[in-house]
Amino acid sequence: MTDVKVNDMADRQKLSYIAAQAADARLNVELETEGMTLNIGPQHPATHGTLRIIVRLDGEQVIWAEPGAGYMHRGYEKLTEVRTFPQVTALVNRIDWLGSFANEVPFILAAEKLMDVEAPPRAQWIRTILFELSRIANVSLFLGDLGVQLGAITPVFMAFRDREYVLNLIESATGGRFHPNFDRIGGLKEDLPAGWITETKQVMKKLRNFCDEIDDLLFGNEIFQSRLRGIGVIPPEVAKQYGLSGANLRASGVDWDLRRDQKLPLAYDKVDFKVWTHPDGDSFARCWIRLQETREATKIVDQLLDGIPSGSVMAKVPRIIKVPEGEAWVSTENPLGEMGYYVVSKGDLGPFRVKIRSASFNNISIVPWVLRGVYVPDIISILASLYFILGDIDR
Amino acid sequence: MTSAIFAADLPYWAQSLLRVLGGTVAVLLPAGTIVYLFLFKMMSFMQSRLGPMEAGPYGSMQLFAEVGKWLQKEDILPTRADKRVFRAAPLVVLMSTFLLVAVVPFGPDAYFTDFDAGVFYMLAVSSISTLGILMAGWSSANKYSLLGGLRAAGQLIAYELPMVLSVIGVVIQAGTMNLQQIVVKQNSDEIFGWNGIGFPYILTQSVAFLIFMIAVQAELTQTPFDMPIAESELVSGYMTEYSGLRFLIFFIAEFATAGVFALIASVLFLGGWGVPFAWFDWAPAGGHQVSNWMNIGGPLIMLTKMLVLTGIIMWVRFSYPRFREDQLQRFAWKVLIPVSLLNIMVTAILKVAF
Amino acid sequence: MSDTPPQPEPTPELVHDTVREGVVSALRAALGDGLIDSVIKPNDDMWVRVSADVWQQTGRVLRDTVGCDYFCFLSAIDWLPSPYGRGEDDPTEPPPERDNTIKQGYAGGETRMQVFARVTNLSQHFGVTIKADVADVEPCVDSWVTVYAGANWHERECHEMFGIDFRGHPDLRNMYLPTDFEGHPLRKDFPLLARMVKPWPGIVDVELLPGDDTDDPAAEAEPT
Repeated sequence: MTDVKVNDMADRQKLSYIAAQAADARLNVELETEGMTLNIGPQHPATHGTLRIIVRLDGEQVIWAEPGAGYMHRGYEKLTEVRTFPQVTALVNRIDWLGSFANEVPFILAAEKLMDVEAPPRAQWIRTILFELSRIANVSLFLGDLGVQLGAITPVFMAFRDREYVLNLIESATGGRFHPNFDRIGGLKEDLPAGWITETKQVMKKLRNFCDEIDDLLFGNEIFQSRLRGIGVIPPEVAKQYGLSGANLRASGVDWDLRRDQKLPLAYDKVDFKVWTHPDGDSFARCWIRLQETREATKIVDQLLDGIPSGSVMAKVPRIIKVPEGEAWVSTENPLGEMGYYVVSKGDLGPFRVKIRSASFNNISIVPWVLRGVYVPDIISILASLYFILGDIDR
Repeated sequence: MTSAIFAADLPYWAQSLLRVLGGTVAVLLPAGTIVYLFLFKMMSFMQSRLGPMEAGPYGSMQLFAEVGKWLQKEDILPTRADKRVFRAAPLVVLMSTFLLVAVVPFGPDAYFTDFDAGVFYMLAVSSISTLGILMAGWSSANKYSLLGGLRAAGQLIAYELPMVLSVIGVVIQAGTMNLQQIVVKQNSDEIFGWNGIGFPYILTQSVAFLIFMIAVQAELTQTPFDMPIAESELVSGYMTEYSGLRFLIFFIAEFATAGVFALIASVLFLGGWGVPFAWFDWAPAGGHQVSNWMNIGGPLIMLTKMLVLTGIIMWVRFSYPRFREDQLQRFAWKVLIPVSLLNIMVTAILKVAF
Repeated sequence: MSDTPPQPEPTPELVHDTVREGVVSALRAALGDGLIDSVIKPNDDMWVRVSADVWQQTGRVLRDTVGCDYFCFLSAIDWLPSPYGRGEDDPTEPPPERDNTIKQGYAGGETRMQVFARVTNLSQHFGVTIKADVADVEPCVDSWVTVYAGANWHERECHEMFGIDFRGHPDLRNMYLPTDFEGHPLRKDFPLLARMVKPWPGIVDVELLPGDDTDDPAAEAEPT
C-alpha cells in the first residue's frame, strides 16, 4: 500500500504561483518572441473525446492555455423542452456515458420532488446500489486510463477486464450495459433478477482485488509518483470558487460529499462509509482519492446488498405523468463530481426548462488557471487527474 | 572466414554476397522475432489478452501480414516538409543498425569484420540514429514532430555518456577493444582458478551491466524513456508524419536496434557466442582450437542470449509509465554518470590489485 | 393526484428553518430594497429574488457574509411559453392558438428572462438559488467573475444561449457555438430545427407499469 506523505502544500503553492508569475513576466518582457502555439486536440489520444486545448509554449513550458469545448454540444437543455419526463430520462443517460445510471438519478429525484412522490424503500436501495455500481464502472476506467496517459500501457487492460464484470451486472439488472434507462418517476422499471445479489457480492470481491492490483502496479510506482506529486496544485479556496466537485474538491482538503451531507431519498444514511480527503491538492491526491473511493464504493454495495428491504419497486403513479407546477433542484455525488438538475415544470407532460449542472464543466473551467507554468507532459497528467467526460462538459 | 565453414575457397564476390545476406539476416531476424514473440505475444499475455490469432496458426503469419499492410499504404509527404531530408531520415536510422552489426562476432570465424577498435567503433556508430531522429523531427513541418525531435536529441545525447562509461569498465577488464577478443577472454578466463563457467563480465561488472541496459532502453526510446514518442501526448512524436514503407523502416529499425544492442550486451557481458571453453577443452594456447561447428552453434547461442535480454527490455517497456524529460535528464546526468564513473574507478583499482 | 383525502398542510409558521431565515434576514440587512422576494421551503431549499443592479453585490454578500463560498452554477430562464409548443404541430394545419402569457416561477418576477444562480454553503450544508430579472430589450447584468472565478464559463454560456450581456466579463465569447452563430438558441422563440423538420407525433406507446395488466391507456390515465 502507498503511504500518504503530507507534503508542505504551502511551499508547493508558492512554487506554482511563482512559476505562474514568472511565466507571466516572461510574456510581458519578450513581446516579440511569442512562443509556439500548439493545438492539443480535438483529435488526440489523451483527451477523453473531442476537447481542444490551445496552449502557447515557451520551449516546453506553458505560458497560456485555453480549452475550447463544444465539439460535442448536443443541445440537451433545448432538447429537454420538447420531451416528456420519461423521454428526458432516456436522453439524460448520455451525458456522462460511462456511469450512465448516475445521470438519471438526480433528474428523477427532482421530478419526484415536484410530484411529492417518494419511491418505495426497495427502489431507493436498488437505486443506490446501481448508482454505486456506475461509480465503480466509471472510476475503474479512469484508473486504467491514468496509466495510458502516463505511458503505462498494461493497467488499462486489467481495468477493462474487471469493468466487464460490473457492466455485465448492470446489464443483467437493467438490460443495458452503457445506457440502462432504468429509473422511472416513482421507482424503477422492474425488480432485480434472481441470483443478482450473490453475483454482485462476488464481483465486488474481484473489484477489491483489482483496486489492490492498481495500487501496486501504478500508485506504488516511483515514476508514477514523481510524475504526479506536486503537479497541478489547486488550493481549496480556488477549488470552491470554480465549483470543482467530487474527488477534485476532496483532494484539496475540503470535506464535502453530497452522499453524506445532503438528505436525499437514497439509502446512503443506512450505510457506513468513509469520505476520503487529502490535504495536498495535487494530481496525485486526486487520483489516489478516486482509488480509495472505488474501494469504498464496493464496501457500500456490500452493505446495501445485505439489507435490501422487500416490497415493490414502483410507487403508485399515474400512467401518463404530468408533473405539477414548480421548481426543484437536486444534485447528487456522481462519479465525476456534483451533477444536478434544476427542473422547472408547468404542469405539462414534459419539463419547461431543465438546467443541467454537469460536473466536468466546472472541473475543466479551472484549466486555464492550473496550467500556467507547467510542462507539456504535465498538461496531459493534470487533465488526466481532473478527469472529465466530453459529454459532461458539452452536454 | 568462409574457408573454415566451406572446405573450399570462395571468390571474393561470393564472400561479399554472403556477408550482405548475413548482415540482412542478422538485422531482420532479431527484429522479426522480437516483434512477434514479445510485442505480439508476450505483451498480450501480460495484458491478459491473446494477441493476434487470425493470421496463421496462433498468429504466426501476422508479421508478414503487417509488412504487407505497411507496404501497400500511401506514401504521404507533407506539403511543407523538407522532402529530401524527410525521405532520408528513416534510412539514416536503419543504416546505423547495419553499421553496428558489422562488428558483432557470431562465432569463432563467423564475423563480418575483425576490428581492433570494435568497442570504439560501436559506440561511435550507435549515435548515428540520433541524427536520423532529428532529421525526421525537423523535416516533418509539424509542431508535434519538432517537439519529439528536440526531446529525442536531448535524451539520446544525454544517455550516450552512461553507455560509453559503462562499457569502459569491460574494456579495462578485458584489456582490449576487439569484440572477438573480449568474447574469447570471457570464455577462457578463470575465476580465481575455477574455470567452470569461464568469466562472463556480468559477474564483476554488474553495475555497469545495469547502467548499460538502462542506457540502451533510453537509446531505443522505449518506455520509461519514450518521451520522444510519448504516444499519449505527441502521437508518435518524430514519426507522426511517416506512413507506409518509411514508417515500416522506422519500426523495423526500432526493434532491430533493440536486437543488435542486446547482441552487443551479450558479447560484452554475457560471453557472446561461446560456451566456456573448458567444457570442450578448447584452449588456443595448448589444447584444441575452437571447433568448427561453433560457427553454426555460435549464432544460435547469440540468438538465445539476445532474446533473453530483449525480453527484459520489452518487459520493462510494458510495465512502467514514462519519465518527464527533465526527470529523465536529471536521472542521466546526476545518477547514471557519477555511478558509471565510480564503476570505472573501482574496476581500474581492482584490476591493478588483482 | 391521489385518491386519499388531502391532508391538512402544516401552516408555515409552525415549521421554522432558522438557518435559511437567517440568510434572508442577512440579505435584507445588506441589500435593503434590493431583495425583492424570497421563498423558503423549510429544511429543503430556498429561493431569493433580487433586483438586477444589486446582482453583483448579492454575490459578494453571499460569499462573505452568509458563507456560501462554493459556486454551483449560473444560467437563465426564459419564461415565455414556446410559440412552437412541443414541436408536435402538424405542419399542414395552421398553428393552433396558444397561451403566451408569461408566468414566472418561485419568488416571482416581472420580466420575460431571469438570470439565476446557485451557491452552496459547505459548512452548514445549505444552498441558495438567486434570481434576478433582466430587461427584455438589451438584457444585461453585472458579471460575477470578480466574486466567483468559476462564473466565467457559465456567463459565457448564458450569453451565447440567451443573449444576456454581462458587464465586466473579461472575455465574453461563445462557449459552444461558432463565433459567427446568429441567434440565441435557448430562447423560446428560437425553434428546435429537428422538430421543425419532422414534428413529433406525440405519445403513441406507453409501457405497462409493474402491477398493471391492462394496456388501455385511456382507462389508466388520471387527471392530476
